[in-house]
Amino acid sequence: MCRVVDLQQAVLAKNETTAHALRTGMAARGTTVINLLSSPGSGKTALLEGELLLARERGVPVAALTADLATENDARRLARSGVPVKQVLTDGLCHLEADMLGRHLEGWLPDSTRLVFVENVGNLVCPASYDLGEALRVVLASVTEGEDKPLKYPTAFGLAQLVVVTKTDIADAVGFDEPAFRAHVEQVNPGVEVVLTSARRGEGLGVLLDRAMAVADGEPAHEPVMGRRHRGHHHTDGSPQTNGSHPHAHPHDCADDPGQSAYVTSAGPSAQPRA
Amino acid sequence: MHEMSIAMAVVGQVEEAAAKAGGVRAVTSVRLQVGELAGVVPDALAFCFELACVGTLLEGAELIAESVPGRAGCATCVDDWAVGTPPQLCCPACGQATAELLSGRELQIVSVRWEDGPARDRTPEPVSEER
Ligand SMILES: Nc1nc2c(ncn2[C@@H]2O[C@H](COP(=O)(O)OP(=O)(O)OP(=O)(O)O)[C@@H](O)[C@H]2O)c(=O)[nH]1
Ligand SMILES: [Mg+2]
Ligand SMILES: [Zn+2]
Repeated sequence: MCRVVDLQQAVLAKNETTAHALRTGMAARGTTVINLLSSPGSGKTALLEGELLLARERGVPVAALTADLATENDARRLARSGVPVKQVLTDGLCHLEADMLGRHLEGWLPDSTRLVFVENVGNLVCPASYDLGEALRVVLASVTEGEDKPLKYPTAFGLAQLVVVTKTDIADAVGFDEPAFRAHVEQVNPGVEVVLTSARRGEGLGVLLDRAMAVADGEPAHEPVMGRRHRGHHHTDGSPQTNGSHPHAHPHDCADDPGQSAYVTSAGPSAQPRA
Repeated sequence: MHEMSIAMAVVGQVEEAAAKAGGVRAVTSVRLQVGELAGVVPDALAFCFELACVGTLLEGAELIAESVPGRAGCATCVDDWAVGTPPQLCCPACGQATAELLSGRELQIVSVRWEDGPARDRTPEPVSEER
């Protein structure tokens, strides 16, 4: 028999569950995870080099994990700061997932670690969809990338809790239009803080560390519009349709029609387009 | 390209559901909701899905992806709007950042269509039959 079965499962449900567990576990042990996202070469490693060194000077126990498709170059650069650093090679995967991060942190992360910075794979598309259980998501863009980046990668910038502009030392040379960049960020993520940095000149040095410490001390991080779920807001009157993780399947026999149009969702919740 | 990871997650979840249900012989289609802001390219997903299905219960299954437009609502204005692409997430009425996204980030398996039960009444096509 041929039937249509309503599943109503989020595709990334597994990652979300793992990320949630990781977030809870990290909070319980007093460690704050910071996830850094940007296109390749925006300056994630360069920024981190400075922040790690500063953290060490200030006596804040930090660690860093850097993910790349290949080479240990970034870990080598970061390790010069003297804090614990681990390189993760993703074996071709274009992003980190929560269970990968969890496995790498387990047994490696020193107990006393206050902050762990995770440098994601250089990519503005894929990592954006994967919650790593971080308490602070930082998205970087260098002045050379163009002011329209936030509009071209709305999922990445829209979910950022802090936006860091890098390489401001060459802003003039490339004609970086700061107001335009800020306006574009505001469009996809109203209210998020944008900070200007130059690893080369030391501009904005310490801001990332300060923001991360604030979150570690319990200050709430920015909540992006895109990340806010519409709970309670509209129609709360117990409609089962909104239950995205309902485990049981409701089978319907399907009409025996060989054409694709025979796809029958009958009275199932999925038959109604969402308003 | 994370569409491959997404496709593999879809295949894995459908296989799991089929194993739980028992007796599923083949999955013929999978219906997905893909939000405008989910960060997934539908064409890339379709391409990866076909590859990810090979050698599984889903081999040859059709992927039906319904796009879900992004909508946001303002908490203060009781206004809601289509966010469009690139999305406009500031309230167009009051300009405030008090909005919340109502839809557009879905990446959800809605339903699957499969064949199950004991040998079908429809006689299996004889091997010799020309196709
Ligand atoms: N002028 C200038 N160049 C910078 C700055 N920060 C980084 N760079 C240069 O930009 C290039 C890339 O920097 P990285 O720190 O490796 O960038 P990344 O984001 O870690 O790169 P991937 O890990 O490969 O994605 C290097 O050549 C850096 O020297 C800066 O503040 N000013
Ligand atoms: Mg790097
Ligand atoms: Zn409003």
